[in-house]
Amino acid sequence: MKVLVPVKRVIDFNIKPRVKADGTGVETAGVKMSMNPFDEIAVEEAVRLKEKGIATEVVAVSVGVQQAQDTLRTAMAMGADRAILVLTDVAVEPLGVAKILKALVARESPDLVLLGKQAIDDDMNATGQMLAGLLGWAQGTFASKIEIADGKAAVTREIDGGLETLTLTLPAIVTADLRLNEPRYASLPNIMKARKKPLETIAPADLGVDVTPRLTIVSVAEPPARQQGIKVESAADLVARLRNEAKVI
Amino acid sequence: MTENARETMEFDIVVVGGGPSGLAAAIRLRQLVPQATVCLIEKGSEIGAHILSGAVIEPRALDELLPDWRETGAPLNTPVTEEAMLFLTENRGYTVPLLDRVMPHMRNHGNYIVSLGDVCRWLAGRAEELGVEIYPGFAGADVLVEDGRVVGVVTGDMGIGRDGEPGPNYAPGMELRAKYTLFAEGCRGSLTKRLMAMYNLRKGVDPQTYGLGIKELWEVPAEQHRPGLVQHSFGWPLDDRTYGGAWMYHFGENLVSYGFVVGLDYPNTWLSPFDEMQRLKLHPSFRSTFEGGRRIAYGARALSEGGIQSIPRLTFPGGALIGDTAGFLNVPKIKGTHTAMKSGMLAAEAVAEAMEGGRAEPTSYTARVRQSWLWEELRGVRNIRPAFARFGMKGGALYSGIDAMLLRGRAPWTLRHRHADNEVLESASASPQIAYPKPDGKITFDKLSSVFLSATNHEEDQPVHLKLRNDALWKTVNWDVFRAPESRYCPAGVYEAVDVETAPRLQINAQNCVHCKTCDIKDPAQNIDWCTPEGAGGPNYPGGM
Repeated sequence: MKVLVPVKRVIDFNIKPRVKADGTGVETAGVKMSMNPFDEIAVEEAVRLKEKGIATEVVAVSVGVQQAQDTLRTAMAMGADRAILVLTDVAVEPLGVAKILKALVARESPDLVLLGKQAIDDDMNATGQMLAGLLGWAQGTFASKIEIADGKAAVTREIDGGLETLTLTLPAIVTADLRLNEPRYASLPNIMKARKKPLETIAPADLGVDVTPRLTIVSVAEPPARQQGIKVESAADLVARLRNEAKVI
Repeated sequence: MTENARETMEFDIVVVGGGPSGLAAAIRLRQLVPQATVCLIEKGSEIGAHILSGAVIEPRALDELLPDWRETGAPLNTPVTEEAMLFLTENRGYTVPLLDRVMPHMRNHGNYIVSLGDVCRWLAGRAEELGVEIYPGFAGADVLVEDGRVVGVVTGDMGIGRDGEPGPNYAPGMELRAKYTLFAEGCRGSLTKRLMAMYNLRKGVDPQTYGLGIKELWEVPAEQHRPGLVQHSFGWPLDDRTYGGAWMYHFGENLVSYGFVVGLDYPNTWLSPFDEMQRLKLHPSFRSTFEGGRRIAYGARALSEGGIQSIPRLTFPGGALIGDTAGFLNVPKIKGTHTAMKSGMLAAEAVAEAMEGGRAEPTSYTARVRQSWLWEELRGVRNIRPAFARFGMKGGALYSGIDAMLLRGRAPWTLRHRHADNEVLESASASPQIAYPKPDGKITFDKLSSVFLSATNHEEDQPVHLKLRNDALWKTVNWDVFRAPESRYCPAGVYEAVDVETAPRLQINAQNCVHCKTCDIKDPAQNIDWCTPEGAGGPNYPGGM
């Protein structure tokens, strides 16, 4: 069974993003980037499937700038066998990514596309679902557990009232939630080995996909700064402030 | 896990640390011996993540290393166009006249205001083009020694739990073995410390003396931005017994680098370098720059101020010390990048020579340093920093003027550093308390919101990397005598004295640590041992920092 794992290069989760002074977007120049954490979980799950003997090959794919190579090398250091970079300087929207992935699915014929439920930069939470729609495949989103047997995937999802388990017929799309697993470290020996694994670079046009953005960003602003709290002197003071300042009682 | 579980990789040269000296050494090595395998590790999550400097840099070493840097996109984009040195009283700033004459080493013509982190990122790209293998996110946790020769380093284990036991994601460290290992850890390197003890490298030299630099990066309104302006100050808010001062550099796209250095030989236990740095921004000579601006990043790092009197023996069988871990900073010039790079380049040349001759110790490094402009430059300024320690801030300033104008750095004497920084702290009862203003949240800030802007992160479940050699000593020395100076000198809020009314004890918030190393230096009883945490931990200084 072949698993395709799309990964995205995003601003590192430790970094506080900063809106550009002109309000056109978020500053990325010189900002530390790393693999979207949900995608890391997807890579980990795919590698575990391979270690269990269920998957035979794990192919990582990324859509983005040249430096997304580093993200793919990380995926390979974690255990992916090879990687494909769809190179573009355009900030590709989820629909564009889904179309690229659809073309890659046609080329690679995976049995499972395993990806993060969303990227932590734009929080769109759309690529997996759109890909399922474009392919007409079954989808199990927000997976916290995946079991694969007899051409079927049992996907446990966290829903409001508890856990829901779906059975999907492969090929299928599964998107990873936080509790699916805890990703391993890319160890130094594995990082060294990953430098020798194959990484293919292609252009969106090679796949016949037009990635021109369809959305327009009107403005980007930082959330308002939180006011500093105060300590009230007494219960009466609190009531007075709630009544007169906050006007909630 | 036994040692056998570790994987091993062999290189000709391993460089520990991806700052200016380590990268310059790696580049030089590949230029000189293209077939040599060179591996560089860096504890920060990426190259530049732990680099903190002003920085105005002199391109002298870069000119020698990569003469084409101007054409190949080196991020040296803001030449210094205007400079001022101010002596501050509480409400006024006096410009030091004839700066070129009284402080000739301060002359910044031909220098550039840069983000040193960005310069390092660029250097790393050049190094990789030349075939250097760079691995960020891996800390050198231990030195490998066999038959008295350093044969490489071991990277830190990953995934060790708080209890010291391997967790589910445990990944053992790796042995990086090398014919020669260059230690480029920056000021007060943790492996360097062990090497100094192991090979007695400090024998016969003065104690090292240090400074703590705390920095903020600001984005200011365009009308307040004067690209190319370099402004330094001394005097207020420090007293005459405390060495230090501020810098403010305008560069890039409306960016201002502001920072403050305090000599760690300060005597007053109540002094808080962080609060001094904050309150100085309110001085009329600084305040107007920050009005309406926003603070983007924050960080801190110790620096070596001892100069040539304090430089240890530089080589040992199997390796050498380069950059600020050896202590090549030029204090009056307030620059260490060009000297760090030069030291790395000279060490690389010595290693290339030793490798060809099959010798274990790259001994010619020391002679190369002594014959280079690096030594001449540091020799000329050797008396200035100790003069401040001896004669106070005003007396030291006077001495340095005389030294520069009349003696031109050729004084027939050498002033010694008489004490290590941890020895000169005075007790809480003997020190005057200092009342610092409360942060206003616009120009001045508290420590925790500052640390937040360093994007510091450590994997939570790991052993504390700041170790007390003797737990009991904290109460009897740090608390009873000095009233927890670590809670004030630590710029990241790592050390907190809690339950002070009942049973005072020390709480160590190791996850806040920005790897400045001040605690390892200033702790009065030298009871704090700074060890490398899990790789990739620590600050994540952004571009521009």
